[in-house]
Amino acid sequence: MKNRFRPALAAAATIAALATAAPALAGKTLDAVKQRGTVKCGVTNGVAGFSAPDTQGNWSGLDVDTCRAIAAAVLGDPKKVDFVPLNSQQRFSALQAGEIDILARNTTWTLTRDASLGFNFTTITYYDGQGFLVPKKLKVTSARQLKNATICTQSGTTNEKNVSDYFRAQNIPVKTVVFESFEASFKAFFSGRCQAFTTDASALAGLRNKEAPNPDDYVILPELISKEPLAPLVRRGDDEWFAIAKWVPNALIEAEEFGVTQANADDLKANSKDPAQQRLVGTGEDLGKLLGLDKDWSFRAIKAVGNYGEMFERNVGPKSVLKLPRGSNNLWNKGGLIYAPPVR
Amino acid sequence: MSSQASRRGAWLAWVVQALLVLAVVAGAAWVVNHALEVLRARGVRSGFDFLAEPAGFSISEGWLDFDASQPFWRAFLAGLVNTVRASVPAAIFSVVLGTLIGIGRLAPHVLLRGICTAYVELLRNVPLLVQLLMLAFAIANLLPDPTEPVRLLPGVWLSKGGLSVPWPASGEGGGWWPTHLEWPERGDFGVSGGAALSPEYVTIVAGLSFYSAAFVAEIVRAGILSVPQGQVLAGQALGLAPVQQLRIVILPQALRVIVPSLTNQLLSLVKNSSLAVAVGYPELVSVANTTIGSNGRAFECIAIIMAVYLLLSLLISFGMNRYNARVALRGWR
Repeated sequence: MKNRFRPALAAAATIAALATAAPALAGKTLDAVKQRGTVKCGVTNGVAGFSAPDTQGNWSGLDVDTCRAIAAAVLGDPKKVDFVPLNSQQRFSALQAGEIDILARNTTWTLTRDASLGFNFTTITYYDGQGFLVPKKLKVTSARQLKNATICTQSGTTNEKNVSDYFRAQNIPVKTVVFESFEASFKAFFSGRCQAFTTDASALAGLRNKEAPNPDDYVILPELISKEPLAPLVRRGDDEWFAIAKWVPNALIEAEEFGVTQANADDLKANSKDPAQQRLVGTGEDLGKLLGLDKDWSFRAIKAVGNYGEMFERNVGPKSVLKLPRGSNNLWNKGGLIYAPPVR
Repeated sequence: MSSQASRRGAWLAWVVQALLVLAVVAGAAWVVNHALEVLRARGVRSGFDFLAEPAGFSISEGWLDFDASQPFWRAFLAGLVNTVRASVPAAIFSVVLGTLIGIGRLAPHVLLRGICTAYVELLRNVPLLVQLLMLAFAIANLLPDPTEPVRLLPGVWLSKGGLSVPWPASGEGGGWWPTHLEWPERGDFGVSGGAALSPEYVTIVAGLSFYSAAFVAEIVRAGILSVPQGQVLAGQALGLAPVQQLRIVILPQALRVIVPSLTNQLLSLVKNSSLAVAVGYPELVSVANTTIGSNGRAFECIAIIMAVYLLLSLLISFGMNRYNARVALRGWR
């Protein structure tokens, strides 16, 4: 009798843990952040250029800088961020459950995620696309030549679905081997298990340069098979916090547009007569109070991480190991797609 | 105590038990309902309706053919079939190997006993996940590249892509019945055709077998040691050979001790098969992970995983208890 009930009881206990683990609605995230004194930011376990810890445990990357900028704007200190590493399966539950205030984890904005998971996507901080990495010795020059090939990728990502959609549409049979962790998936590829590896193109360059036994033995195929607009996201139901998470990156983009940099921000604060610059450095009209912040919110964000262009250059651009071109991620008036609504 | 009073006592006991069960069920229902309400209030869609939608991802191997245009429920079914596909051979190998090692640990031969003891101590004291990753690493590094497979026999190829063997297949438009042998062929990206054991499958089956065998060995050894020495002496007195003593005298009595513990071991083997997700084998948890990634229904997917493992475990318990009833001493249940 006792024995027969034990599994049922165990199951009930697990459900109870799940249900009580989800705290009641968090209410005002901004108040919670101020009270706690830190912004809890969900990031990857380590994707170069976006969010990766160094040997001392200091995080850097484009997504990391977004969180630091928000901490600078809200709390006055870019260091007041708790980075919470999450794998791709954990990330959404962590945000839903209120474990983190913002998820900046190279996450693609899709209809399903936006409309059915209880999230709001903020500003797109990187326009990515999914690509393929293959060993040079296979002499493959196009993804269409991958008939009957085995492709390694990570589970729980848009990549897995895209690759299936793409080859189904082309009527090319391929096999995908999916691994739970990003690391296991690329290690399997570099060990020769698969003939191709697929993930967002931004990560492919980093993988080839950092993880390949010999980078020159691998090539990135020209095809990009999907649109991957990467944006930080927040929980629904707190429009005030949503506005902050949206407008801090917008301000950084506008700072690039109007020539405000980490280096010249102090000077512009003292001397600039340009109203657009004045608004960004906190000497024009007070936009901060509309967000529930003070007048210097964007000035501190720019001082902390620089403008969008500087963030890009330092983390994924020419000054980084990835050495990615600006491409689609250039400003709208320079031929790219990066466009922020006006900060005014 | 009059018979009327004892009847009232029994009735009271029933009422108390019924109320307790009701309270537990109501409590569980409230907790689940509350969780769903919280999710709904946050704009999270929930429910199992997604199971009928097309999955949109493919599954690399398995007994059940699965195509990306088929619905999610079929993907879960394919994942479940893959869990069974890994667990059943692993259970058989681990019982056979474990029994041999368990007997070996009691062998008079010092070297044999030492090897068996070393095996048990090494395998059961290193976490299974670490063993799986090491196996996967070894397979990935020792075997030749898929583009340069080794031909072991005519039609049998071995590489990082797996072990390919000829397999019966039905012809074009043919029915279920196989019409010819399909031979693996070497292509641009490796061997295709025939039947293939993928490295991921070999990793999980071998890893589970080796790991569980260490525990089975201890269970078997304990079972044998539980048989009183007098029984062995009696067997010797009757002039039975050592193998006969084992088969006729020791094992039937040892099984009474072995079977209940073995049931636990098999249960944990099936549950441990969920670690396959780490080495890329597409079993139930891997399918659920992919589903959570594509539509975010974490609550529902975890509920499915729990229900399936619960059902599998109850089935195994039921089967093993039936077997236990057969080997147990009469009147001892």
